[in-house]
Amino acid sequence: MSDERPLLEVRNVSHRYGDRFGCRGVDFDLWPGEVLAVVGESGSGKSTLLGTLSQRLDTSEGSIRYRLHDGDVANLAELSESAVRRLWRSEWGFVHQNAADGLRMQVSAGGNVGEPLMANGWRHYGRIRAEATDWLERVEIPRDRVDDTPAAFSGGMRQRLQIARNLVVSPRLVFMDEPTSGLDVSVQARLLDLIRSLVSDLELAVIIVTHDLAVARLISHRTLVMKDGRVVESGLTDRVLDDPQAPYTQLLVSSILQG
Amino acid sequence: MSAQQIEYNIGYLDEQTKRMIRRTLLKAVAIPGFQVPFASREVPLPRGWGTGGVQLTAAIIGSDDVLKVIDQGADDTTNAVSIRAFFNLVAGVPTTTRTEDATIIQTRHRIPETPLGEGQIMVYQVPIPEPLRFLEPRETETRRMHALNEYGLMYVKLYEDIAKYGHIAKTYDYPVLVNDRYLMAPSPTPSFDNPKLHQSQALHIFGAGREKRIYAIPPHTDVESLGFEDYPFEPQSFDQPCAICGSTGVYLDQIITDNAGGAMYACSDSDHCERTAARADNEEAAS
Repeated sequence: MSDERPLLEVRNVSHRYGDRFGCRGVDFDLWPGEVLAVVGESGSGKSTLLGTLSQRLDTSEGSIRYRLHDGDVANLAELSESAVRRLWRSEWGFVHQNAADGLRMQVSAGGNVGEPLMANGWRHYGRIRAEATDWLERVEIPRDRVDDTPAAFSGGMRQRLQIARNLVVSPRLVFMDEPTSGLDVSVQARLLDLIRSLVSDLELAVIIVTHDLAVARLISHRTLVMKDGRVVESGLTDRVLDDPQAPYTQLLVSSILQG
Repeated sequence: MSAQQIEYNIGYLDEQTKRMIRRTLLKAVAIPGFQVPFASREVPLPRGWGTGGVQLTAAIIGSDDVLKVIDQGADDTTNAVSIRAFFNLVAGVPTTTRTEDATIIQTRHRIPETPLGEGQIMVYQVPIPEPLRFLEPRETETRRMHALNEYGLMYVKLYEDIAKYGHIAKTYDYPVLVNDRYLMAPSPTPSFDNPKLHQSQALHIFGAGREKRIYAIPPHTDVESLGFEDYPFEPQSFDQPCAICGSTGVYLDQIITDNAGGAMYACSDSDHCERTAARADNEEAAS
């Protein structure tokens, strides 16, 4: 691997809503193949951070540097809108909590998975369909559902379809916003399993926002703990969860129901 | 009845409005396929009945023009007759039904079968100018997609057609890429007529009165109908010749002839049909 530099270098990043900070002074590096969990209670700024990193929200302070596919390093705030949209199309994925936000509900599963390919210039129906069908299988959706719309899918299937749609263009960085939250426990476990194996197969870098420490423990290498828009603790996931240093993290860890 | 009481300005619209529309047209011609917003005016016709086309014609018509108006392909339908009469009244221009005699041809659906030549202008009445509208309802988003040349979504529609019907089922308003840049809706023209837009010698201008957009295809511009490599664009085709004039390779209308489902197929272009039939009659009489 020639990855001498991180994929993402985040320095002192803030996003302001009016005169309030949604998140403030966030620093971290993300390396290729690394899974970073952002945990914290509701309102702690996790989703704002994710929005800022993925350029859906602007960067009020600080800088986000991203190493592009060709090795150049770009300051995301300075990229043109078309360059950012190109990143969304070809190098990034975004998995929404609510699958309906990330899917076209009236378009067939095959069309949903094929859309990013067509956006990237694929113009051969047979190949698009074959690739889409392969991806449905990889996310454990039966091949014969390829022409059904997600409106006819269960919650877990929709979420898996959304993941297929995001991964079909082989992104390098995937943002996930509470991907398992709306699902029941057994479906959650299966989905996490699937995410974990895809991430390691494809050497994806992932930033996953969750309020569920069990999710962080299961799939992330490192964890950031946020409170009131600030990162209060960060480190290897096992270290943060087994030996929390910050008082807030201790509270968070101790508030998990013990079985 | 007394003589005409009201003095209309030539072409009905006032000079300022015509100037505004001409400016918009210049911009539209300069950026082929790009939808230029304009301040659509009231004309004596309900919105959705061709107000965009009427405004375009009003803005470009002059006393040396000859106007032809077709609805579907026919010169003799109510709308076509009324619009011809309207411009005859307010612009004092002669009208015709012969395609090659006209300098301006206003149309609802069809492009005439007779090939268009240099100097002719086709004026289209467009209901929905945005080809992406039914896929993406937000105007802000579709404008951004045009600006950034992001047309993957249009192919999703074609993909869905093939997945569902085994072929691209869209037969009218078939999306085209103009000058290798802008995605454009050719208004509800049948896909049969799409190839006529490519490298046409005539100027094609499109007016959407209700949606307040004008766009254009200048002469000699590339117009590519979208398709996949393995499912390329195929214009509609017809098995039988016209039942009246015997023409082949033309666009046919289905005309129901009885209550038992019987039908005949005849040219939709009434000018072409009449003249082909007349020529055949003459040849018969001569021989």
